[in-house]
Amino acid sequence: MVKKILSITICVAVLLFIYAPILLLVVYSFTDSNVIGKWDGFSFDLYVQLFRDAEIMQILFNTIWLALAAALLSTVLGTAGAIGIFYSKRKFAKPLQAVSQIPVINAEIVTAISLALLFSAVFLYRTYLSLIVGHMVLCTPFVVLSVMPKLKQMDPNIYEAALDLGASPSAALFKVVIPQIFSGIVSGFMLSITLSLDDYIVTAFTKPPMFDTISTYVYNAVKNGTNSSTPALRALSALIFIVMIAVLLAINLRARRPAAKKEAAQ
Amino acid sequence: MNERKMDEKIIQLVNVSKVFDETTAVENVSFYVRKGEFITFLGPSGCGKTTTLRMIAGFDIPTSGKILLNGKDITDLPPNKRPVNTVFQRYALFPHYNIYDNIAFGLKLKKVPVTYRNDKGETYTKWQKLTRREIDEKVKNALAVVDLEGFEKRSVSTLSGGQQQRVAIARAIVNEPEILLLDEPLGALDLKMRKEMQIELKEMHRKLGITFIYVTHDQEEALTMSDTIVVMKDGCIQQIGTPTDIYNEPANAFVADFIGDSNILNGTMVDALTVRFCNRNFRCVDDFERNEKVDVVVRPEDIEMVPPEQGMLVGRVVSVVFKGVHYEITAMVGRSEMIIQSTQSREIGELIGMNIAPDAIHIMKKELTCNRYDGYITKKNTVVFGDGEFDCDVTTLYPGSHLDEDGYLITAQGEKIDLTDADVAVEVGLTDIEISDNAEEGGARGHIVSLIYKGDHYQYIVRTEENEEDYVLDTEDLWNENDYVSVKIKPENIHMKLKQEIK
Repeated sequence: MVKKILSITICVAVLLFIYAPILLLVVYSFTDSNVIGKWDGFSFDLYVQLFRDAEIMQILFNTIWLALAAALLSTVLGTAGAIGIFYSKRKFAKPLQAVSQIPVINAEIVTAISLALLFSAVFLYRTYLSLIVGHMVLCTPFVVLSVMPKLKQMDPNIYEAALDLGASPSAALFKVVIPQIFSGIVSGFMLSITLSLDDYIVTAFTKPPMFDTISTYVYNAVKNGTNSSTPALRALSALIFIVMIAVLLAINLRARRPAAKKEAAQ
Repeated sequence: MNERKMDEKIIQLVNVSKVFDETTAVENVSFYVRKGEFITFLGPSGCGKTTTLRMIAGFDIPTSGKILLNGKDITDLPPNKRPVNTVFQRYALFPHYNIYDNIAFGLKLKKVPVTYRNDKGETYTKWQKLTRREIDEKVKNALAVVDLEGFEKRSVSTLSGGQQQRVAIARAIVNEPEILLLDEPLGALDLKMRKEMQIELKEMHRKLGITFIYVTHDQEEALTMSDTIVVMKDGCIQQIGTPTDIYNEPANAFVADFIGDSNILNGTMVDALTVRFCNRNFRCVDDFERNEKVDVVVRPEDIEMVPPEQGMLVGRVVSVVFKGVHYEITAMVGRSEMIIQSTQSREIGELIGMNIAPDAIHIMKKELTCNRYDGYITKKNTVVFGDGEFDCDVTTLYPGSHLDEDGYLITAQGEKIDLTDADVAVEVGLTDIEISDNAEEGGARGHIVSLIYKGDHYQYIVRTEENEEDYVLDTEDLWNENDYVSVKIKPENIHMKLKQEIK
């Protein structure tokens, strides 16, 4: 009994440690004071401000648009890459896969500076192209990483079976291989969206001068500590947090359901 | 093979080899399959049988050689263009489709020529996809063939292994291929299911009338189902023949050993239709060159047990195992082991006589690469074999071992081993044997019974008097037949292997 209470206490403590700052932010999103730490009474003012602020809405739209585009392109590129690596000769597959994962372990700032250098060399620095490519560089390795295990789990004979039954290699790919690895592709896509949404460093180094995402905007807005020029951002941050939690819960619940179904079937 | 009727060859492999990186999976294989035949590639795992099948299916392209289908070269044709369908070992059903869609997969991709007549009365053909109704009909028929009527809507994961295998077969035959390839299709099923499916497959082959190419490592499966068996080993074909041929007339010791149980003994032809093994001459029906070294195959069920005084061979029973239909009795005849299958049992330790009828003795040409003997180690750490005693290096039996002052072997782990009377298999190369006039010099003595000039050297056979053991050797020196010589072998040229671990 004591053990149980102790373990629960520790769990709560750890969770509190992780989430306290965010909770604080959520709490202070319901007061309209300019500084965090000063409670000016409960109000939804910040939320009203947030949705009335055309600039923030534009930035929100920018961020989502960028995330979707970058994630989509990365997913296509990463999936193709993973399939390519998987079906290469073993001699090439191993080094290829290792190289494809370097951006994952590479410090982001190094990636960002290299991108900046590369694009200024070809006079495309701070354009939409450099921004999108920058985000793709960020996301693609994670798509490869999430598609690869699905390919390895797949029965290698089913691609051959499709060819054997008369499918051309591309028909076999789309009718058999892609459906088999689809869950990996989807999780790669989701991962890309989250990576792109909260990226600051690469965005800051590659974005066009007059373009802002939430990260860069928030960073500039709160540069001078807690004394934010735009307190509405507290409401925005709280909303992002709540939306993320909701999405995560939904995904987990969905993942649990087929598993339960399978157990019931057996 | 030669006397067999040359029917229509549906598929023919001409000098086909396949090399993966550095390893050769299939080496210079040539054979053909006749239309409508049930042919089986049989061999241990890694013998190249699956690679051969995959080359016929088009999944692997031969490194060299040609594959002809109905006389046309299809060596480089991709698998989707070949009128061949495969049943995979682990079924390879598409898990995201239901049974109907799995079976209809090939049909939906297929295009058939349809002839139309236009307004002017001219006929023209158009390549068209099958209609929904035609596909439905074909899927239904295919499911009926494999006894799975009404399974259309089921998902793959709800099916048992046997049912999945049936779906895999239906998915292949629904396309009406000219050849059905089956890669160990029953390997993943339990014994009872396997037996049932064997009969059903055979029945299917009869009904459909298409050519079946079957791959298995199970010799019993091959014998029961096939019209023709191709036995493979290390990427090479060992023998092609009907099941009866292969069982009764194995081409070499490997085939004899792989197909069924058999006693394989070293023998020598001593006279016309007379072979000597286990220190006794036997009449036989196969004729070979006199003094030729041969492999003798005797099937365990062909050895008749008789009282010891009436037996051609006498042995002591060392084990008796009840196998259901028969007893398997192992007897030692001298230092050779004989396996006997009989409905009668015997006691362990009992002396039994054994008779072998001339037509039960099958003799095969031996590819002679070295002399092989059964021997044992003496107290003095010499080895006795072939009626002689030779100095040898017993430390080669245990890597890293050495001898102590008392002549005991100390292993690399520091264990002390007494090798006295340890049974060993001895191999001596043909060029490692010297012969000399001086009878005192060598380890064994005998007369030269045969000499053959082989272009740049002579091959001699020296036969001892006591047990008529033979030494085959290659040398450039000239000797005469009937010379009495002694046999010398250097200790480092005597290759020994322990027959069992010494405790």
